Amino acid sequence: MAKIKSVEDLKKIKERIEQANQKLIENNNHQKLVEIKVAMATCGIASGARPVMDFLIAELPKRNIVARVKQTGCMGYCYAEPTLEITMPDEKPVVFGYVDLKKADEIIERFIKRGELVDGIIPINYELAT
Amino acid sequence: MDTINITIDNKNFQVPKGSSILDAAKSVGINIPTLCYMHLHDLNTTHKPTGCRICVVEVEGRKNLVPACATECLPGMVIKNQTVRVLNSRKTVLELILSDHPADCLTCPKNGDCDLQSMAQKMGIRHLHYQGEQSTYIKDRSPAIKRDMDKCIGCRRCLTMCNEVQTVGALSAINRGFMSVMAPPFQMNLEDSVCTYCGQCVAVCPTAALTEIDHTAKVIRLLADPTKTVVVQTAPAVRAALGEEFGYAPGTLVTGKMTAALKDLGFDYVFDTDFAADLTIMEEGTELLDRLTRHLNGDPTVKLPLLTSCCPGWVNFFEHQFPDMKDIPSTARSPQQMFGAIAKTYFAEKINVKREDMIVVSVMPCLAKKYECNRDEFKTDGNPDVDYVLSTRELARLIKQASIDFDSLDPAEFDHPMGESSGASVIFGTTGGVIEAAVRTAYEVFTKKKLHKVDFEQLRGMEWIRESTVDFDGTPIKIGIAHGLGNARKLLQDIRDGKSHYHAIEIMACPGGCIGGGGQPLHHGDSNILLARQKALYSEDKSKVIRKSHENPSIIKLYDEFLGKPMSVKAHHLLHTHYFDKSNHVEITKE
Amino acid sequence: MSPKFKKSILVCNGSSCLQASKVNLIAEFQAKLKEYNLDNEIQVVQSVCFNKCTLGPNIIIQPENVEYSTVTKEDIDDIIIIHLLNNKIVERLVYNQVYENSGSTKKQYRIALRNCGFINPEVIDDYIEKDGYAALAKCLTEFTPQEVTQQIIKSGLRGRGGGGFPTGVKWDITSKSVADQKYVVCNADEGDPGAFMDRSVLEGDPHSIIEAMAICGYCIGADKGIVYIRAEYPLAIKRLKIALDQAKEYGLLGEKLFGTNFNFEIDIKYGAGAFVCGEETALIHSMEGLRGEPTLKPPFPSVSGYLEKPTNVNNVETFANIPAIINKGADWFASIGTEKSKGTKVFALAGKINNVGLIEVPMGTTLREVIYDIGGGIRDGKKFKAVQTGGPSGGCLTEKHLDLPIDFDSLSAAGSMMGSGGMIVMDEDDCMVSMARFYLEFTVEESCGKCAPCRIGNKRLHEMLTKLCDDKGTLEDLDLLRNLSNVVKDTSLCGLGQTSPNPILSTMQNFYDEYHAHVVDHKCPSGQCKSFMRYYISEQNCIGCVVCARNCPVNAISGEKKQLHVIDQEICIKCGICMDKCKFDAITLN
Repeated sequence: MAKIKSVEDLKKIKERIEQANQKLIENNNHQKLVEIKVAMATCGIASGARPVMDFLIAELPKRNIVARVKQTGCMGYCYAEPTLEITMPDEKPVVFGYVDLKKADEIIERFIKRGELVDGIIPINYELAT
Repeated sequence: MDTINITIDNKNFQVPKGSSILDAAKSVGINIPTLCYMHLHDLNTTHKPTGCRICVVEVEGRKNLVPACATECLPGMVIKNQTVRVLNSRKTVLELILSDHPADCLTCPKNGDCDLQSMAQKMGIRHLHYQGEQSTYIKDRSPAIKRDMDKCIGCRRCLTMCNEVQTVGALSAINRGFMSVMAPPFQMNLEDSVCTYCGQCVAVCPTAALTEIDHTAKVIRLLADPTKTVVVQTAPAVRAALGEEFGYAPGTLVTGKMTAALKDLGFDYVFDTDFAADLTIMEEGTELLDRLTRHLNGDPTVKLPLLTSCCPGWVNFFEHQFPDMKDIPSTARSPQQMFGAIAKTYFAEKINVKREDMIVVSVMPCLAKKYECNRDEFKTDGNPDVDYVLSTRELARLIKQASIDFDSLDPAEFDHPMGESSGASVIFGTTGGVIEAAVRTAYEVFTKKKLHKVDFEQLRGMEWIRESTVDFDGTPIKIGIAHGLGNARKLLQDIRDGKSHYHAIEIMACPGGCIGGGGQPLHHGDSNILLARQKALYSEDKSKVIRKSHENPSIIKLYDEFLGKPMSVKAHHLLHTHYFDKSNHVEITKE
Repeated sequence: MSPKFKKSILVCNGSSCLQASKVNLIAEFQAKLKEYNLDNEIQVVQSVCFNKCTLGPNIIIQPENVEYSTVTKEDIDDIIIIHLLNNKIVERLVYNQVYENSGSTKKQYRIALRNCGFINPEVIDDYIEKDGYAALAKCLTEFTPQEVTQQIIKSGLRGRGGGGFPTGVKWDITSKSVADQKYVVCNADEGDPGAFMDRSVLEGDPHSIIEAMAICGYCIGADKGIVYIRAEYPLAIKRLKIALDQAKEYGLLGEKLFGTNFNFEIDIKYGAGAFVCGEETALIHSMEGLRGEPTLKPPFPSVSGYLEKPTNVNNVETFANIPAIINKGADWFASIGTEKSKGTKVFALAGKINNVGLIEVPMGTTLREVIYDIGGGIRDGKKFKAVQTGGPSGGCLTEKHLDLPIDFDSLSAAGSMMGSGGMIVMDEDDCMVSMARFYLEFTVEESCGKCAPCRIGNKRLHEMLTKLCDDKGTLEDLDLLRNLSNVVKDTSLCGLGQTSPNPILSTMQNFYDEYHAHVVDHKCPSGQCKSFMRYYISEQNCIGCVVCARNCPVNAISGEKKQLHVIDQEICIKCGICMDKCKFDAITLN
């Protein structure tokens, strides 16, 4: 890829990223995606985040859910690892703790498909400096 | 010189800008105790790892106590050296060090000559409040040096000598915390490491963590054996330092008393290594002239510069670290080994003693000599040319054990024929001496003219690396001198890089040459002692009638009766040697 | 997809809420909803701790996010009738009417952790999308190095690695050192037991460190950066390497960044996990391939550091703040925190606390807020005893310090320190003597051995503490312990030894009665030190069956058949087997 040589170049990349996101939505019949973030820092991986993430990546398409699963770093909830953050289209993100495969399945079936909350929600208790 | 004002214990002083608190205090007569600190002034070596924390003082405005040895005085600094806080801290830290040190002073080889012991005495330690586990390590005996790391106090002077001054790299700190210790890599034995046995670590060790392998007991037994003829040789540097062990001022020559003591001890023949030093000049000087003449005649295969080879620490050094250059040094054996070879052949024949009934003992300022005499190439049918080597310190111990009153001894002469020597051989004991002796002889042989001024002042001194050009009647001969293996490394590197322009180089492993050898009485970091010993050797040289090796009548007679001429087949067999590649090829594979 | 339920009741399942509630609130709610025929419209969900533990049991009603505290069984009817059926608020139970969107009730504020958990650390685009590298672009194209340094000075940012030295001032000093080569070093040799904030930042947001290091390089005049990271952090290393490759590929590292004449590249050096290598001079020696040991300062690294060149060493968390400061301005940063400690601090909460985890709070937050509101209080409803801050170099703070606003200076004044941000909470079951011993064990292990007071002193301190824990201490030992602690602190060469006795001194100050009890009463008040335990055989219950004697592994029990048995306390190793084997409850533990 071409190297960033100016502030403009950086802005263009940012625009390109935003456009790509938009395109992804367009490609999906203008249906917004379910965004799933799996906390995959050492602590998360150690408590079993990887199989959960693999499970989600494998199962969501099978269950006809258009979602984007991505790994992130530590969310800080060490006491409740593995943790997931799920953002349903046009809604606020919800964080789930203690997610094992069974819980992941429950989250897909009840939260993502039917909009019910599932046990193990972690209320967001911080403010971001962004 | 710029000065600044400081306050120590409520008194105002003017001290040189940039000086440490320790130096500043000393300059105004205040003594701050030190333990790990070492300053070899004329050798440009300062060791202040700030590890022992004995020299801590209070500085106003600083949260913690600071080490005086390494803290620079700043203008207006208010220093306190006598507060309860300072004194309690020093005492407590010393108690801690003692709590991890065996309390076997009475039977310790350093009893009475130990920095830790004198510090405990000075601080009035009567009780150890903090006692507990002591760190213990496997004891390590090499042919020359004994390591008893239970007694190590972590001052790290040995590391400075081994790594910075000598650049040998045999010792470093390993392990962590309480079990940290100075050791060869991977805790291998010294014998398997790159150690050259120069003994500089032993020379600076404040305790008995590093000591020489003691051969006094073996020598006492042999002296008592009526079937053995025991011959002793004494190296030039010994006579300039032995007196210190008996309370004489550094630099007092005790040649006559030493000879008398050796005779009292029961040695059958008391000879002088100086005799062999003259012999070395004959062989090494001839080799130099041979190479030089061929070089001047345009022979491109000649290896120059010629490097001296009398120092066994230096020989070990290039065998380990510069094996690719092992054909450059002179093949002449060291004086100690030449002496042994001649004693057990020429002299043994003369007095009609069988080789196996003759024991040759050397008294050396050196620990590497203990290793050298054990080399296989210096043995005939397993019988070594030199059987035992005593350091200067061990000789002093032997004399004390025999209850000989050194002070009241009447001076005695060396025995003949191997006790006769020239002034040139005496200065072998100091840096620059070997090459000066060689030049005195080489000049006359090369130019076939008489040398009137035998003192080559330009070759003397204490500079780490010195160089000079000597005019051989129109032919300029370039001489290099290095003492301390770190400086030898620099010259060797230049030769390897093709940058060297010398014809001959003298190298001595120890700072100052043999006068600063690892077997000498401890100088406790006072380099003035080395200067005094050096001066003594030059004065003995001056006092001699014969000052050139080739004029020594016993040497002339030896060639007449036995060897033929220098570099003859017989001389080659008895007086020359060869070198080995001792580099360890450890391959570290990176994944 | 339309949600099946109109509303949800989130019931806190945190242990302190569970403890506070006398009934199972979830079951009670479910039963009541059924009564009101609402169980198909409103669901009850068990939630992880809300961090309002002091006011539990807590519930939240969604989607309106109304939080009720101290909810009892008797309140359920009101909540259903007033709130769920009539959409009004039950005022008397409100903790704070609007849980979301207020900000004020949220104790945490994330600056250093702003991207951790939000972006994919292995994708540079994710970082750029969050304004990544905009700060670097701004610095290089709009400001002189001096102007950027001034910004950092103005922000009041202080080093987060433990020392708390003003970051901008450090940059300024290094920028003024004249040399042909300078270095920026990122200290990622996180070594405090229980601390993992640097690892989390590198695993979650590595680009922010790269960006900050480049900014620092621009300010001090360095074109080389080195991250010194412990080899025990494989994931952090992997992600950092990916990030470095991506940044190079994008031209954000390399030559002529953003078309200017500024070049910058970053290398990684690995540490072998020696705690002392977090000390900057030891770190530099380790990077040079030497033994990781400290040397006396001055000279400071800013004058003579890596390869004897001026070197600026900052910690990971410090760097993580830099892009945010540039983007949002020094004034914004300086508006957060206390007078002398600006911004936020990341803490790794550990120990006997409910919500173990990584938190970031503004400087000046009180310990109570951290421990109770964020940390969810003490586990199993036990009593708070102390919190250890600053790792093995820090001290213990007690109940009387709970309302202390945390910043660099307040912690020092209270006899502890900020350190790198470890916070270990202890409850009534923890013995302070044995806690101090734990930390000393760590420092004994981690001392490099260069200076005598640290090498031998810490060993002796540890031995003395062991003596106390083994019921062999005397009153005199306490005086010796205090004296030696002070001497080790006063005379050690580097920060490790200068602080290692802090756990002893602070516990001796705050819990002297516990030390006293160990040596005078021969008791461990918390019951943690096993040596003080005594097994006895009771005269009433023992029938002389000899089972205990037969099973004792060290033959400490003697007695004839059908006679009372006795345990020899000198021999007993307190294994407890006799107690397990006795069928007559004759063995008691004292």
